[in-house]
Amino acid sequence: MGAIYILWLRQLKRYFRSRARIVGSLGQPVLFLVALGFGFGPIFQKAGQGNYIQFLAPGIIAMSILFTSVFTGIEIIWDKQFGFLKETLVAPVSRFKIMIGRTLGGATVATLQGLIVLIISTIIGFRPYSLAMVFFALIIMLVVSILFTALGTAIASKLDDMQGFQLIMNFLIMPLFFLSGALFPISGLPKALVIVTSINPLSYGVDGLRAALTGTSHFGLFTDFTVLIIITFFLLVLGSYLFSKIQI
Amino acid sequence: MVDIKNLTKKFGDFTAVDNISFKVGEGEIFAFLGPNGAGKTTTIKMLTTLLRPTSGEILLNNFNPLNQQDQVRKSFGIVFQDPSLDDELTAYENLEFHGVLYKVSKKLRKERIKELLELVELWDRKNDLVKTFSGGMKRRLEIARGLLHHPRIFFLDEPTLGLDPQTRNHIWEYIIELNKKEKITIFFTTHYIEEANKIAQRVAIIDHGKIIAEGTPDELIKETKTETLEDAFLSLTGKQIREEEASPMSRMRMRRRVH
Repeated sequence: MGAIYILWLRQLKRYFRSRARIVGSLGQPVLFLVALGFGFGPIFQKAGQGNYIQFLAPGIIAMSILFTSVFTGIEIIWDKQFGFLKETLVAPVSRFKIMIGRTLGGATVATLQGLIVLIISTIIGFRPYSLAMVFFALIIMLVVSILFTALGTAIASKLDDMQGFQLIMNFLIMPLFFLSGALFPISGLPKALVIVTSINPLSYGVDGLRAALTGTSHFGLFTDFTVLIIITFFLLVLGSYLFSKIQI
Repeated sequence: MVDIKNLTKKFGDFTAVDNISFKVGEGEIFAFLGPNGAGKTTTIKMLTTLLRPTSGEILLNNFNPLNQQDQVRKSFGIVFQDPSLDDELTAYENLEFHGVLYKVSKKLRKERIKELLELVELWDRKNDLVKTFSGGMKRRLEIARGLLHHPRIFFLDEPTLGLDPQTRNHIWEYIIELNKKEKITIFFTTHYIEEANKIAQRVAIIDHGKIIAEGTPDELIKETKTETLEDAFLSLTGKQIREEEASPMSRMRMRRRVH
């Protein structure tokens, strides 16, 4: 337990110490909320879909969670390059615990980031429909965070340097975000896009958050939560397997 | 303490360590020398459970790094060739992290951290972030960290690389003191051959993955009919400069080491 705790604590300390990073990573969600939210708001309204900020905010919260978690997972590459990973790998602690501690730490950071974006959205005009369900939304945020931190860890375990980073950004993270229903409703999309969005795990995160925060949902909250839990479990297993295979 | 038999490590077609065997006795100060790319670090990585050998046997403190990983890991401390501290944590937090991972009890942790930070003269900097430290200070902190769980054997992979003579002397003084007081076995590598001559009781020279000489520094000097251990080293390994292909990772580290 001690090992998992100290690894978790390390991630949190690193997060709170880099104020620049906190502020920097809030810039994008805020820009998206303001520019898209107010920019597309009138059209969305005219199309009979209601308030766009209400629709968009859960998507942007999911976006900031996606980015933060994948990045904290990928941070393992830095630890590999700057040697700190060796310190943890020669310690009498199982690789599984190391991976779990790191992942929970990264996921906590991502959830905090999501919470901050939620608070900012309420300032801009977003209104959760039920306060009790906000707590459930936090649980969904945590699950989504664990899912994508584990994904980042799995990827980082296979990479030796940051060269492939751009590749991951453009061919994994961006498509995950844009094809998740974060920005637009999934219903009424062309068939191909419907298929892509329904195999994208982030879609269930976005939809689950939307269900918990605004009471509207495409897949249904139960489906969202079940799918998220299953994929999270799978990625944790995959991530710890790949992490256990690292040799330096 | 260390017992290696027919140890081999291959990376694809390249044989980094080629069928080596040697022993290091309890309480001994042992220098493992060799030119760049000779297989020193690979051997240390296999001893410290970071790499799996292709073949051969290792016993460290009578434990096998392959299937008794935790016992092996508890029994050694290590200072890696490259820095391995978390720059975003303070000196104290780095040691605290290590202590928790090695299950040193809270009370003991507090005592030892203080004792060790005083030993390496960093107690007054304990709450400073490691990124504000100089190379020498980082090294001293790594040494303190490696000793926190009271290992029986201490690996030091080029611990004095890039440090000025003052700091180097300082570091070796701690290490010799430790060896005397706590009877810790010391296993180190260095490119400063005169350091090995001064400090090591026994030396092994590895080149192209093979052990080519072993003995006390005096024995090696006599054997090669040379004046100093450095000359003995050169006469054994030749004067040709070794090319070591740098991986992207080590290139990056080198860049970082410069500033």
